[in-house]
This record gives sequence, C-alpha cells and structure tokens, in this order.
Amino acid sequence: MSSDTLKSGTNLERVLAAGHFAVTGELGPPKSADISVIDKKAEYLRGMVDAVNLTDNQTAIVRLSSIATGRLLIERGLEPVIQMTCRDRNRLAQQADILGAYALGIRNILCLTGDHQCFGNHPTAKHVFDIDSVQLIRAVYDMREKGVFMCGDEIRNTKKSEIVNPRMFIGGAANPFGDPFELRVIRLAKKVNAGVDFVQTQCIYDMDRFTEWMRQVRNRGLHEKVKILAGLTPLKSLGMAKYMATSVAGVNVPDSYLERMEGAEDAAAEGIKICIEQIEQLRAMEGIAGIHLMAIEWESRVPQIVEGAGLLPRPVMQRSEGES
Amino acid sequence: MIVAERKPIDEIKGFLTKHDRILLLGCGTCVTVCNAGGEREVGMLGSILRLAGVCKVVEHTIERQCDAEFYEDVYDLANECDAILSMGCGVGVQLAARLFPDKPVYPALNTKFMGINEGAGEWTEACLACGDCKLGIFGGVCPVAQCSKSLANGPCGGSEDGMCEADPNCTECGWQRIYDRLKALDQLEVLEAVEPPRDWSRTHDGGPRRITRPDLGAEE
Repeated sequence: MSSDTLKSGTNLERVLAAGHFAVTGELGPPKSADISVIDKKAEYLRGMVDAVNLTDNQTAIVRLSSIATGRLLIERGLEPVIQMTCRDRNRLAQQADILGAYALGIRNILCLTGDHQCFGNHPTAKHVFDIDSVQLIRAVYDMREKGVFMCGDEIRNTKKSEIVNPRMFIGGAANPFGDPFELRVIRLAKKVNAGVDFVQTQCIYDMDRFTEWMRQVRNRGLHEKVKILAGLTPLKSLGMAKYMATSVAGVNVPDSYLERMEGAEDAAAEGIKICIEQIEQLRAMEGIAGIHLMAIEWESRVPQIVEGAGLLPRPVMQRSEGES
Repeated sequence: MIVAERKPIDEIKGFLTKHDRILLLGCGTCVTVCNAGGEREVGMLGSILRLAGVCKVVEHTIERQCDAEFYEDVYDLANECDAILSMGCGVGVQLAARLFPDKPVYPALNTKFMGINEGAGEWTEACLACGDCKLGIFGGVCPVAQCSKSLANGPCGGSEDGMCEADPNCTECGWQRIYDRLKALDQLEVLEAVEPPRDWSRTHDGGPRRITRPDLGAEE
C-alpha cells in the first residue's frame, strides 16, 4: 500500500489496511523515572504485537508520561500508541503534546476520557475535562486532515511557512459493557463521525453481551468504517477474576470463568487458556479486525498467548521508498 | 437555591481566638431554607460559642446578606463588635467584608452548591452556573453538573446500573438520566450529533462574571 492512501503510515495502520488480524499490546509506564522496567516489558512484547499502547496516568496514578515512554519504545524498535486522556490537560496542553509526540516520531494516538481522579493517588486533584474524548478525536482529525488547531488557526510557524499536519492514526475506546447499553453503539457512531480510525474495546469476559453489541455495530455498518480491536485481559488468578467481576465498573466476568479459575490446578495456565479460547471466538466474529491484549503486569505471558492463538509470526509490513 | 452547611465547630472557634465580642450574622434567604445559617442556626451557634466561653456573641439575622440594602441595622451592631462571623453563603460573607472594611469577617458555613431540595435534610447539586445553558438539548438534565466529568458526548465507560463510577453507591450517572429522559421523550436521535467543545469563557474560566442591565439603571 502506498503512503498516499495511508493516513499516518504506521505499522498498525498498514497491518489493518492489509486485512491482517492485528494484535496490539499494552505497557504501563513505571511509577518513577527508573526505565529499566520498560526495557524488560518491551522485550516481552517485541515481535509479538504490531504496536504497543502506553497508558496515560492510568487509574489516575502518576506515572512516567505516555509520550516519553512512547519515544523510549521507538528507540527500542517498537511502535507506540500513546494514550491521551482528557482528565489532566486542557485543549492547549493536549494540542501541544500532540505536536510534541509527532515531533518525537509518534504516529498512533488513543483518545480517552480518563478514569476519575478519585481512583488514583491524587484524589484531591482538580480534573480538567475541558473537552471530552469525542471532541479530542475530532481535534486530532482536524489537525491531520485540515492542518488546523481547534481554534481554526493553521498549523504552521509563520504565514509563509508550510502547514505541517501531524499525521496521527487515531484511536478511541469503546466499552460495550458500560450502561446504558443502547447508548454504547450511539457513542461509537459519534466517534466514527468525529474521525476515529480504530477502537480498542474494554476487556471482554462477557462474550454474550459483546456479541450482541457487535450485532448492533454491524447493523449500523460501523465495522466497515472503523477497525475494531477486541480488548482482552488474561486472568492471572482466581483473586484477580473475582476482583474484575466485582470491583471494576463496566466489567462482568461470567460465573463459568470464575468456576474454571477456581477449579483449575494451575489458575494462571487456565487464565491463558480462556484468553486463547476468546481470541478464537473473536477471530470468527464478523467485524473484528484484531485484538488488544492488556496483560496487566503480566507482559511476560504475552508471547505464550499470542503463539498459542496462532497469531505468530506478526506480519512484516513493507514501507515504500522514501518513507520514514 | 444556594445550599450550605456549617463548618466544624473547631474551625469556627479557631477564627475567634483573638476576639472578645463578635457579631454573628445570619441570612434569611437560601441558608435559612436549607437550615444552615438562618435565625434558628444563629441562635444555636451563638449558644455553643457562649457556653464554650469563646467570646461574647451578638446575634442578628437579616433578610439577604447578598444585598447591601438589607444591612441598615447591621452597622450599629457591628460597631460594638470587633469581628463578624457570617452565617451567609460565600456571597454574603464577601459583601459583609466589603461593607465593613475595618472588621475581620469570617465564614461559619461552607457554601456547597446550587441545588434541589430532595426532601427533609437532603439536597443535590443541579447547576454549576456555566453561563451557557444546554438543558434544552439534554432533556433538562445537565451534563456539566450531573456528570462527574462534565462530558458532553455521552457516558464514559464507568456508568453501571445507572450509577457513576466515582461514587457508585450514592451518585446517579448523569448520562443515564439524560438517556432515560430523552428516550421517554422519544428524542434519542439528539444524542447522535457530536456536541462541539464548550466555550468555557462564559463560565468562571473567563474571570469573575458581571451582568449589567441598562434597562434597570446600570451603567454599561
């Protein structure tokens, strides 16, 4: 595929455009500037995924910034997807950081609302929410397609300078498990209208509800307008399964999985087995373009899951001459 | 109305350690209705301070602390005191401070919000005075005030069983309420449109706001 028809030219975009079943991973940046953990996690993900999400102060806990971590991944030869929430920055800071990320070679961005600060380690903080995730998607889209900031100013240094559009591949989140259910597809449609290129879903355990959501997505033809990556988080233990079932808003773990985790001799192996089964179910589902594997503090098992699901080797995308 | 609640007594006492005689000034409007700073609460707080031997207390309640025309009787009383402890909302405290430039004025209340009386002893926040009302779009439920993240384009992923992720036991998801209301009115199509970013310059982000009405005699 030539660069002319690509929006950003990222590996993730190429993999999806070529019709491969995409695999993205996730790396939680460390809670200090000690980046040795990034090296370690990056090695687990190398060659296993097409791009790696870098979370942005996830669960409202201060961490190394997603953009800085994204640059560190580029230097290590992995492709980043930086996450950007609307909780911590206003539209000036968000657009400045998009330019900064682009200047550092980052080309994938995931536009998110952000967890409420009450969940994190600064519950007395003031949140921002100047704009919301749909408006952020539209802003990144307009920066790429029209070369303008949210205020309408052109993105160039002087009137005589060339307009430099930050050509980002734009992602969003979709949560089929939040309420009200009917609004979930409407909200996805809004993100599509705003210009999103791909969405990654909340982690799926309740396949029945996900299947119903996808049916509604297909009824509206949304799967043909946006690449949908199904989110998966392998269960590490019975304790984690119970925690996900009871304590995480919008996550429902079916009893059958809880029973399997409880009955298993090796719960971790059972969790991986369940995850691989889910990948097989999702690959058979019309409109699913790939998976987003969120192995939370369990990046070491990503190779086992991806290999077990028959998703290796990952496609190597050719770049046309002269492309960066 | 404006809803307030009394500060912890120790915080109030902390203001008064250097004063011998204070004017405890109640307000007869919002804080009377929400039982936080009216004549009755002035009497109760005055008794507490006297019994605790904090200082001498002169009690007085005026109709509205946010309007200078109701302060006529206050000047003489204030002259006899070395500080004012206001049981008005934050607006009342600030006007009293402006009218008595040589006296310390302390707040006895924490002003909480503009809200609805839900029944005996219960109030909920309803309006943030954003200055750019969108209730006509959202079925009469305000996403700025009723959503914990003030989202304009639908609920985040943290809405579950009608409740908000930030406080799932007590706080309803504002977007669930918007959805329920628009569904009942058969207007769900309203939610398909992308709501553009808000103009926050109309709210406090543009600085303290002012309304001038020449038709009422104000200078432009």
